[in-house]
Amino acid sequence: MDETLIFERSVAGRCGVSLPPDDLPECDIASLVPCDLLSTSPPPLPEVSEGILVRHYTNLSRKNFSVDTHFYPLGSCTMKYNPKINETLAALEAFTHTHPYQPPDMLQGILTIAYELGEMLKELTGLHGISLQPSAGAHGELTSLMIIKAYFQQKGERRTKILIPDTAHGTNPASSSRCGFQVQQIASDKRGRIDLAALKLALNGEVAALMVTNPNTLGLFEEQIGEICDAVHENGGLVYLDGANFNAILGIVKPADFGADLMHINLHKTFSTPHGGGGPGAGPIVVRDFLSPFLPVPVLEKQQGQIVLRYDHAHSIGRVKSFLGNMAVVIKAYCYIRMLGAEGLKSISEHAVLNANYLLARLRGIFDVPYNDHCMHEFVVSAQNQKQKGIRALDIAKKLLDYGFHPPTIYFPLIVPEALMIEPTETESKETLDQFVQALERIVEMADKNPQAILKAPITTPVTRLDEYSAARNPILRWLSTSGK
Amino acid sequence: MNLDIPEDIFYTRTHEWARVHNDEVTVGITAYATDQMNKEIVNVDLPTVGTQLTQNAGFGVVDSVKAAFDLYTPVPGEVVEVNQQVLDDPAIVASSPFQEGWMIKIRMQSAEDLKSLLAPDDYRELIKSEE
Amino acid sequence: MIPYLCNTQAQQAEMLQLIGARTAADLFAHIPQHLSLKALPSLPHPLSEMELTTALKTLGAKNTTTSQILSFLGGGIYDHFIPSTVTHLAHRAEFYTAYTPYQPEASQGLLQAFFEYQTMICQLTGMEMANASLYDGATALAEAVIMALSAHGGRSGVLIAKSVHPEYRHVVATYLKNLDTDMKELDFTDGITNVEELEKALNDNTSCVVVQQPNFFGCLERMNEIARSVHDAGAFLIVIVDPISLGILRVPGTYEADIVVGEGQSLGLGQMCGGETLGIFACKREFLRKVPGRLVGMTKDRQGRRSFVLTLQTREQHIRREKATSNICTNHALNALKAAIYLGTIGPHGLRHIATLCAKKAAYLRRQIALLPGFSYPFSQPHFKDFVIQTPEPADRIVDSLREKGLLPGIPLGQYYPELEKCLLVCVTETKTRAELDRFVALLKTMSHG
Repeated sequence: MDETLIFERSVAGRCGVSLPPDDLPECDIASLVPCDLLSTSPPPLPEVSEGILVRHYTNLSRKNFSVDTHFYPLGSCTMKYNPKINETLAALEAFTHTHPYQPPDMLQGILTIAYELGEMLKELTGLHGISLQPSAGAHGELTSLMIIKAYFQQKGERRTKILIPDTAHGTNPASSSRCGFQVQQIASDKRGRIDLAALKLALNGEVAALMVTNPNTLGLFEEQIGEICDAVHENGGLVYLDGANFNAILGIVKPADFGADLMHINLHKTFSTPHGGGGPGAGPIVVRDFLSPFLPVPVLEKQQGQIVLRYDHAHSIGRVKSFLGNMAVVIKAYCYIRMLGAEGLKSISEHAVLNANYLLARLRGIFDVPYNDHCMHEFVVSAQNQKQKGIRALDIAKKLLDYGFHPPTIYFPLIVPEALMIEPTETESKETLDQFVQALERIVEMADKNPQAILKAPITTPVTRLDEYSAARNPILRWLSTSGK
Repeated sequence: MNLDIPEDIFYTRTHEWARVHNDEVTVGITAYATDQMNKEIVNVDLPTVGTQLTQNAGFGVVDSVKAAFDLYTPVPGEVVEVNQQVLDDPAIVASSPFQEGWMIKIRMQSAEDLKSLLAPDDYRELIKSEE
Repeated sequence: MIPYLCNTQAQQAEMLQLIGARTAADLFAHIPQHLSLKALPSLPHPLSEMELTTALKTLGAKNTTTSQILSFLGGGIYDHFIPSTVTHLAHRAEFYTAYTPYQPEASQGLLQAFFEYQTMICQLTGMEMANASLYDGATALAEAVIMALSAHGGRSGVLIAKSVHPEYRHVVATYLKNLDTDMKELDFTDGITNVEELEKALNDNTSCVVVQQPNFFGCLERMNEIARSVHDAGAFLIVIVDPISLGILRVPGTYEADIVVGEGQSLGLGQMCGGETLGIFACKREFLRKVPGRLVGMTKDRQGRRSFVLTLQTREQHIRREKATSNICTNHALNALKAAIYLGTIGPHGLRHIATLCAKKAAYLRRQIALLPGFSYPFSQPHFKDFVIQTPEPADRIVDSLREKGLLPGIPLGQYYPELEKCLLVCVTETKTRAELDRFVALLKTMSHG
């Protein structure tokens, strides 16, 4: 397949768009910009015609797996179908052509959407205050940790530690240290849940909060979540919920009811907005009323039927992003919830859990299953047995590509060796799940009979396995006219 | 598992080794440790000469393609020499972990500090139990 | 049935049977009874696709768009023309419904596009390397400051020009609050950073200095002098750029900037109430292993074919956890793709043409306004597409009366700089015609106190 870079298609003199002429009286740019600040020639960007550009990017798009083209059971990432109507509506000129510094009374449409999305997320979580400003899950975590820090500072308590289960996403410890906290890891018990006794041992006056994911990254509901939160609260700490897996419990449990004090929500996981090849997403945070004064500004409020932006929160941590947040994502999530309603959202969670359990039941005979419970929306199996035959989780992942499936998340969570973390989502059909099982059965069979064939995989993709060592050892991060093919 | 465990040096539970010459201790990582990284070492970060190290504290990092390993100080003291060769070409750590792949030399304060280190046989047991 | 679900009642029954559960509720049986909701959350009733469309159009109609009113608003979010290629190509579902390209063999399209984006950002800024994007200009700046602090080890001082966008300064202050640092703001004289004051403020604890070019007022900072002073003090220079301005301005690489960040919204992204942003991040190669966010590298596959892969991942949170260079996971990939398509479409000469139009039209409007009695420009420095005008009465009053006449003249600056209460930040891009500029002047004339 053609792998030419856009720079290699460049020929001086080409341009991909016609631009309006200058309609002002003749004036030399050198009279406007002092010569020591003025460049003599423009940056050396590629020069291509419109048709060449379109073919270039269209062909690139074809060298990609995506939800619209492939089953994408990437655990923890919730690669569900992204409804088309949401894309259409978020692209209406009524929204795209609005400026953040317009007087708020001229922005009542978009502000109403943001405000109402906030109200709906509050209702779904049972929490009381919201900010739509964070741009991603990790950003929501960081914002929440800043709130936790500010809350204890205001109370005059010096709490420096965050407890994090060993199954947590890497962003949890990374966000904590970004906020100046120390991290202490809490072990899981034999059933893949937080070890309550270990947690209680770790609790002391230094602990500011526990960061907990529920359902956790093994796809298991923390049955003792009530006791866990009570223990943290009795110790004077807060409970932060990593809402990455909120899609499993919509309309089934409200996080506030089990003791969460604040949480982030991934609109790009739970509420169907597309992942965009790695963003933009949105990570709104929802907090209990006593934490609301600490939310980032501006805060949206409804006053006499108008949505206003308030900047006067005395204890606000400040601002974590310019302007209001990723509004295109906000509109799409709003559309999703309005279209489904409460009952629809609940059935989304039910179907996600049914699909995951069905797949788990069918894979039990094929892979080692470290935690043998019903799962929620995702589950983890181990390729330990296959590893003994020289086939690792990575190899299985690569061979799946040849069967036309995007592989599951591999080697996470860290506590399961040779982990394959599978999240089918509610939008996949039983037929697709069955085909996926068949592909895995064939691969496992092949591991016995012809392991070499797996180690060669993938062979049907535009490229085969890559030399990642050289890429990391001598990183080439940009094209130079001297770099060859 | 790589059982290349020279007899003339000390070991740590975190897979560093320490070779003592008078009050100077040369430090590196074991062949077993490089095996754990598929021998694919892409980067080594080390302290500068003059840095004071405390026992068991981190003194550097070794990166493989998909993992990073912290290096822990076997004995406290001042860094008196850094192996520029491994900084320039980290692959040496994998090809010769116990010789050319050494990382730093520490001026030891007291021979007492060696007591907490593992003897070759203890280390052999340790990696057997890790397998 | 919900159109996003596929399994029929019969299929569900079959699946439950295989699982060994009687009903779907059985699958949730391990959730403690007292936590399970007894009633559904109270949300608006569901809408069909047709009803939803009507509802959103009704809401949309409550906005006054920048196509309905003649807008001279800038200040970080700009009304630049978006070529049709950007929308068409970036809306290919193969791009936007994919995840972060962790499986390189199945993601060569996005990976190559991000590699090309990184290259274009290097070409645009004259820097040695760029990452695959961050959230927005403000958070990219916060990341840059934190990277500079970490690279400088012992130094904890941060100097940030007061002519930097107020929201950016606010974000940096929020990010730094919990880290052990000392942030100071540098005053401006005649709309630009006072270099003498900068020199006085620099000391051997200064890790970095942040300057915006063109700055929040649109004025051009004296980058050569600033860079010299900063480097003489052994500190890093962080520059915030407007990527469009780089069509005519000397690029930061030429004056030895250490880190360059910027808001990429101008590169083919919608204004979207400030909600479609792109954090540009570029730097010298010496920061290679300290850079936040995704990096795409070029390598070869087993057949020796050129290919692309996420690299240097050991810096990142999913591997390095609490020791990662940043907590960032998601970037703004799709927006980076749009920016690359935009830059590929307009090319070097298109960029220079657009930048020239912006500068000339802004200069024309500023000149015309300053001719009106009661109006003037408080800063005499050369500027790019934003500029400040002094108004005869508080600027928000000017805004109130002109909007009634179908025009938004700019951003009142008093909210950010109390001393500039009678100042308005006006922005002109290539989208404004001469007739529209003249209309602005004519309307202002009716307000001028002669």
